[in-house]
Amino acid sequence: MPVRHIHVILDNERASLLRAWGSTQAEEGLIRKDLFSEREARSQIEMLYDALTKGVSASIESDALDPEADCWDDLRAALAEVTRERTKRGVSTGEMAAFVLALKYPLFERLGATVDDTNGGVLIEAINQFTRLIDAVSLYTTELCISERDKTIKRQQDEMMELASPVVELWDRIIAVPLVGTLDSMRAQEVMENTLSAIVDKKADIVIIDITGVVTVDTQVAQHLIRTAAAVRLMGGEAIISGISPRIAQTMVQLGVDTGEIRTRSSLRMALADAFRTLETDVVIRTAK
Amino acid sequence: MAQAAGLFMVDEIMLVAIDEDINDSDIVALQDRLSEEVYANDAQGIVIDISALEIVDTFVGRIIAQLAGIGILLDAPTYLVGMRPAVAMTLVELGMTLPSVKTARNLQHAVTRLRAAR
Amino acid sequence: MDALEAKVIRKTRLVTAVSEIFRNGLIYGGGAVVIIHCDEDDRMVWIDCRDTGPGIVDMELALSDGYTSGGGLGRGLGGAKRLSDEFEIVSEPGVGTQVRLAGRA
Repeated sequence: MPVRHIHVILDNERASLLRAWGSTQAEEGLIRKDLFSEREARSQIEMLYDALTKGVSASIESDALDPEADCWDDLRAALAEVTRERTKRGVSTGEMAAFVLALKYPLFERLGATVDDTNGGVLIEAINQFTRLIDAVSLYTTELCISERDKTIKRQQDEMMELASPVVELWDRIIAVPLVGTLDSMRAQEVMENTLSAIVDKKADIVIIDITGVVTVDTQVAQHLIRTAAAVRLMGGEAIISGISPRIAQTMVQLGVDTGEIRTRSSLRMALADAFRTLETDVVIRTAK
Repeated sequence: MAQAAGLFMVDEIMLVAIDEDINDSDIVALQDRLSEEVYANDAQGIVIDISALEIVDTFVGRIIAQLAGIGILLDAPTYLVGMRPAVAMTLVELGMTLPSVKTARNLQHAVTRLRAAR
Repeated sequence: MDALEAKVIRKTRLVTAVSEIFRNGLIYGGGAVVIIHCDEDDRMVWIDCRDTGPGIVDMELALSDGYTSGGGLGRGLGGAKRLSDEFEIVSEPGVGTQVRLAGRA
């Protein structure tokens, strides 16, 4: 019985409920006019509403709104689409959850007005069932938002990883790895991998690792630099570390870091000059008069 | 003798090409063979090409260091060439930086440097 | 690891670590049994290596770089640990040694 009541209201009151759902959102500032048009918002709401009605209709027979049932597949799909669309435009997780929950009260009002008072038990049961369903749907939306966000974060991390460790071919047989920001273990690993494979790809004999943009050098970072230089040497190349600021030089000495046989130069410019000398490359710059 | 490594004399330089599927006893045997050949041919330098090796653990790393050590004692400077990036990274992490072994990017470079040093 | 389409470096690290451990089992443990298990969901490859050798008395010492009881370089055990994503070693003097390690694909 309770599910049939819900279905009747969803079916008969479609127009007014849609309007009410939309206006609740407007009142609560959930329709973000800055992010999407009213027409778009309306069509999204209709799509969700119809998928919901379909699920409720399929549940009449069992008279139970089981959030785990298959009849909500359409609703889940619609939610996924709307969520993706909205998170992409910057709607927050909270706003999405509130958007789903906002359907409850207009529906309850109509349930109260339609269902006979003497049938108090049915009314309570209907409200219970519907609340449970909408809460589950809202939770599902939240999960969708979070997973959508996680995907974005993962993608950005990957992009940053690549951005942060480019390998540049400076000259024939000379490559440079300008490091920027902080160098944690994972990035250091990535840098080493990129650097070593670039030696093969670019047929490089000299690798200049420029740390001008590195914020701090602690023992770990220093270790990573030394290891990278050692690996470069094993492959038959030579590493030059450039861009050691006076402050970093002090820290490294205080940390007792032994840079051993590694060539270090104060600037990328000095390192490049040094590389030319090693490769016996004469560079002549002619200025047109 | 299993042909797990090829030894070639080219213009007074001994070239050693190590095969992908070399095993522990082959590589130990290679020490004997190499020192004999270097001595017999009066080689002026040795180039060991390990580009076929996908894995170098501490055992193989130690043998390579010893090969180079033998070369130095027999007055034949030894170059290691063709180490793969993944192998270099792994060896460094194992703490084996082979400081006593000279390295070059490829055979050509090693031969050029050996010639220049003579 | 090929089935998991692992990067070359991941394969090299894990195979080298296993090589170190297995060699230890052969040289010091008098032979070892290796079991390989591939966990496709976690993209991890687990290797279990056990021997029935004399066991390790001082684990901390054995794991430290530079320690060797058998004329090696003394980098095997500590190195293998660094190369693995998961590493666990249990040893009982007189009974044997068991190493469990894993690498992410």
